[in-house]
Amino acid sequence: MALSTSSNFAKPDDAFRAIVEAHRGLSEAQSADLDAALVLVLANHIGDLDVLREAIELAKRRMLDASLQQQQQQQ
Amino acid sequence: MAQTQTQFGYRRHPDQDRAGTNAADHPVVVVGAGPVGLSLAIDLAQRGQSVVLLDDADRIGEGSRAICFSKRSLEFWDRLGIGQRMVDKGVVWSVGKIFHGASQLYQFNLLPEEGHKRPAFINLQQFYAEAYLVDRVEQLPDIDLRWCNKVGALEQRNDHVALTIATPDGPYKIHANFVVACDGARSSLRQMAGAEFAGQAFEDQFLIADVKMTAEFPTERWFWFDPPFHAGRSALLHKQPDGIWRIDLQLNPDADPAVEKLPENVRPRIARMLGHDKFDFEWISLYKFQCRRMDKFIHGRVIFAGDAAHQVSPFGARGANSGLEDAENIAWKLDRVLRGCSPESLLESYHTERSAAADENIRESTRSTDFMAPVSRQEARLRKAVLSLAKETEFGKRMVNGGRLSVPSVYETPLSTADRDAWRGGPRPGASMPDAPMTERNGKAMFLTEAFIKQGSGFTMLAFGNGAAAEAPDRVGTIRVGGDDGFVDAAGLAGQRYDAEPGTAYLLRPDGYVAARFRHPTRTALDAALARAAGIN
Repeated sequence: MALSTSSNFAKPDDAFRAIVEAHRGLSEAQSADLDAALVLVLANHIGDLDVLREAIELAKRRMLDASLQQQQQQQ
Repeated sequence: MAQTQTQFGYRRHPDQDRAGTNAADHPVVVVGAGPVGLSLAIDLAQRGQSVVLLDDADRIGEGSRAICFSKRSLEFWDRLGIGQRMVDKGVVWSVGKIFHGASQLYQFNLLPEEGHKRPAFINLQQFYAEAYLVDRVEQLPDIDLRWCNKVGALEQRNDHVALTIATPDGPYKIHANFVVACDGARSSLRQMAGAEFAGQAFEDQFLIADVKMTAEFPTERWFWFDPPFHAGRSALLHKQPDGIWRIDLQLNPDADPAVEKLPENVRPRIARMLGHDKFDFEWISLYKFQCRRMDKFIHGRVIFAGDAAHQVSPFGARGANSGLEDAENIAWKLDRVLRGCSPESLLESYHTERSAAADENIRESTRSTDFMAPVSRQEARLRKAVLSLAKETEFGKRMVNGGRLSVPSVYETPLSTADRDAWRGGPRPGASMPDAPMTERNGKAMFLTEAFIKQGSGFTMLAFGNGAAAEAPDRVGTIRVGGDDGFVDAAGLAGQRYDAEPGTAYLLRPDGYVAARFRHPTRTALDAALARAAGIN
């Protein structure tokens, strides 16, 4: 099974909102704790190491893009 | 330690009277009389080899050190004739409990089924294990154990190794066809071979205290994350024989070893843990550890085994047990090569199989260590989430890593013959043989592992049901289960554990690993599998 990147929610805004609202009123540290727990819960629900690795790779590409952008700005 | 001998004498050997140009020749020299070297020497001697076993000291080391010996190690020691003595003295256990703070998160059973001769683990002080092994060595005239013999130089020649050995009487030389270095983590032979020993060093310090006391804790492995008596760190409790308890406490990376080790500083910590002060210290030790292995376990005619070849963190009982697996792996191969029954290239499979096992042990124990001592704030955060989720979810419990305990590796090895038939279970080629309870025709109980030993621990065919399986090739033992004259598998567990049907046959290696399996083997297929497993291609 490959990582699905097509839109899976009927109402994507509701899903985004649900996550955002979960973080409302939390300190940065609490938010980070929440994210950590959420990632583990969702990863277990997916239950497929290949999909998880693909997801990590896709997410991590943001770090790469961000550092490239930073470099370009510095130049 | 009263009933065991731990101090031994140096004795001059006639080899020392020979001129250096006329050094004595020996087929195999084992260096290091720890659990690995002693076990290897016994296995080789039982297979008919003459072994010289050298140790630089004249006594068994102090302290309990490795205390958890696995089922697999006990089965190996059964083959060496000392399994029962170890089990009789040891503390048998199979249940582990994990606590977070004051409450229990979960428990696991490492051997939840009946019908095995040996338990999942025993706890036994390493000095007892070594003393029993030395006793066994002394029953075997083919082992020449030389205390206070320290290898000072090693020279690889075409067909032998020349060793220069320092003794209280001065140095002497011997020649060996093969040398097996079992001389521990600080192996001097490894340095003489010029081998790299690179890996990861861990900064966290751990304190071991062996405490003598009367206590009502059950014989289980208890592990705490963030216990009330040792806030923010981890702790481990194990029972040993003689009313001794092993307590393992994680310290801060910046703790001062000299200060931490002082009994007056250890005592209050332990008292907080136990809730009382009625105990005495047997042994206190502080350690840091590394996870690393040699690139190659074989350097010319020098073969490395145990801690000399690989080191792991102590969480998971993977140090001594993997060293013993090294010994049982190399013993039968060396024996065959020395007899000229197999080519020297068979020894390469020792490196292939055991270096992969070392990688697995390093991976598992590194993960445990990282879980216990997270290296970044985010890692600590993820661990906190796992521990918290473990309270209410099954997946969280299974993610908590308080040490994954040693199980035998499954080898991806050129010695295996790949399955061609369909199997729903049973050990696949490269896996170690599971035990099962059986009875002889006269009703006498016998475990499968015992039947294997009775066959001489050589290549053995394990065949199920009436005569459909082909006859075993020459010099291959046969264990027949079921049929008109085989062992009776009354509980059906042997059949079940080997996914057997009438005619099913397994070819077992001399170390009890599966080389090949067939639903209905032909003689040709068995011969081919045997040749492959013996390294004759």
